[in-house]
Amino acid sequence: MKKIDIAVVDYGMGNLRSVSKALEHVAPTQNVLVTSNPEDIANATRVVFPGQGAMPDCIRELDARGLREAVIHAAQNKPFLGICIGLQMLFEHSEEGDSAGLGVFKGNVKRFATADMHDANGEKLKVPHMGWNQVYQTQNSHKPHALWQGIEDGARFYYVHSYYVVPANDSITSGYSEYPKRFTSAIARDNLFAVQFHPEKSANAGLQMLSNFVNWLP
Amino acid sequence: MLAKRIIPCLDVTDGRVVKGINFLELRDAGDPVEIAKRYDEQGADELTFLDITASSDNRGLLLHIIEEVASQVFIPLTVGGGVREVEDVRRLLNAGADKVSINTTAVLNPKMVQDAAARFGSQCIVVAIDAKKVQNQAFEWEVFTHGGRKATGLDAVKWAEYMVSLGAGELLITSMDRDGTKIGFNNPLNRAISDAVDVPIIASGGVGNLQHLVDGVKIGGADAVLAASIFHYGEYTVQQAKEYMRKNGIEVRL
Repeated sequence: MKKIDIAVVDYGMGNLRSVSKALEHVAPTQNVLVTSNPEDIANATRVVFPGQGAMPDCIRELDARGLREAVIHAAQNKPFLGICIGLQMLFEHSEEGDSAGLGVFKGNVKRFATADMHDANGEKLKVPHMGWNQVYQTQNSHKPHALWQGIEDGARFYYVHSYYVVPANDSITSGYSEYPKRFTSAIARDNLFAVQFHPEKSANAGLQMLSNFVNWLP
Repeated sequence: MLAKRIIPCLDVTDGRVVKGINFLELRDAGDPVEIAKRYDEQGADELTFLDITASSDNRGLLLHIIEEVASQVFIPLTVGGGVREVEDVRRLLNAGADKVSINTTAVLNPKMVQDAAARFGSQCIVVAIDAKKVQNQAFEWEVFTHGGRKATGLDAVKWAEYMVSLGAGELLITSMDRDGTKIGFNNPLNRAISDAVDVPIIASGGVGNLQHLVDGVKIGGADAVLAASIFHYGEYTVQQAKEYMRKNGIEVRL
């Protein structure tokens, strides 16, 4: 069997082409496999866990394909990158459909409060939070996380989401943005990194992050 | 803080980018993949492709173009034009589109918007609204379909609210009085819709200079501004547009 360098977890929720194309672009010699087979995820060197749509549907479809254990195992054992709902699902609970998550991390997923969010000019802030926002890197040790290498602090990444994660333990926060209040947009622990924004759609900054991931040796 | 977006729009027919005036008189503006790459290099925040082919004969061609662009350009891509069924949405997403824009079908069959949003998520469903100012009506702007040829009797502001309630994650508002005229966006129309809904709106139709982009954000309340001809014919680069907006106090990605 051909070695799987990077498995992109496919649980039937929408389009994974963007993620796999961007990975192939930064790692042309590596075997990127979009898969819904738990064995592929177990065998892969690295795992990317993307997601879009509604979290309750994502969890249901993940379970329907028997992928839950493989994803949790990968999240605890090998270079793992969660993206968007792939970040949110790692937590215990989401306000979206009052849904239980995978519980890899303690904490919740909350919705932006549409009613009273305004920018500095008094304009109403829209939900979904859609577009390019600055991501500020937090440092929990003396040197920046490997996935931030070559990326300016405050670089803009592309977001589209209405929910955001609130980790119980803020020490896992590796990056944050403001809309208008500060929210966690990247988490890191050991072999795992997960982001709310879409590196695969974030032009050079995003490609740099994906390139960092495919070369990461945690 | 979140940046206001600049979205170059590529009207595509028979595999080429074209630009018309008031939806008519098409002029050839070039190869879509080349143009998409150029805009990406200039710092475009997203790209929108509108398939303006009247018949469905060349749909395959557009899918091929989207596939090509998506493997070379890593910013969000929106595709619209002739989207009739949930299956069309799926095909476009699989080809590499990140969002799909629905226009005429939303009017003919609003449930399709709801079904598509439920299946793929609101984040990838854009409803495009072509509106025109009307006289002697209970409302100011009316929704038109079929590339602007058919009146619907619908109030554009109420229609916008309804589409959001069905799951539209973003609205693309085109003023048909302004499209191709270069006299600026219809800011009162955009402001009325932006204030009425919680989702982002994209202003479209009428951009002739960079001040129009600034006005679209500051006066019209647009979250993103879409333009075609000022970029296609090299009058301005996306970078110049962003520098001008920043100078005028608008947050942009530079």
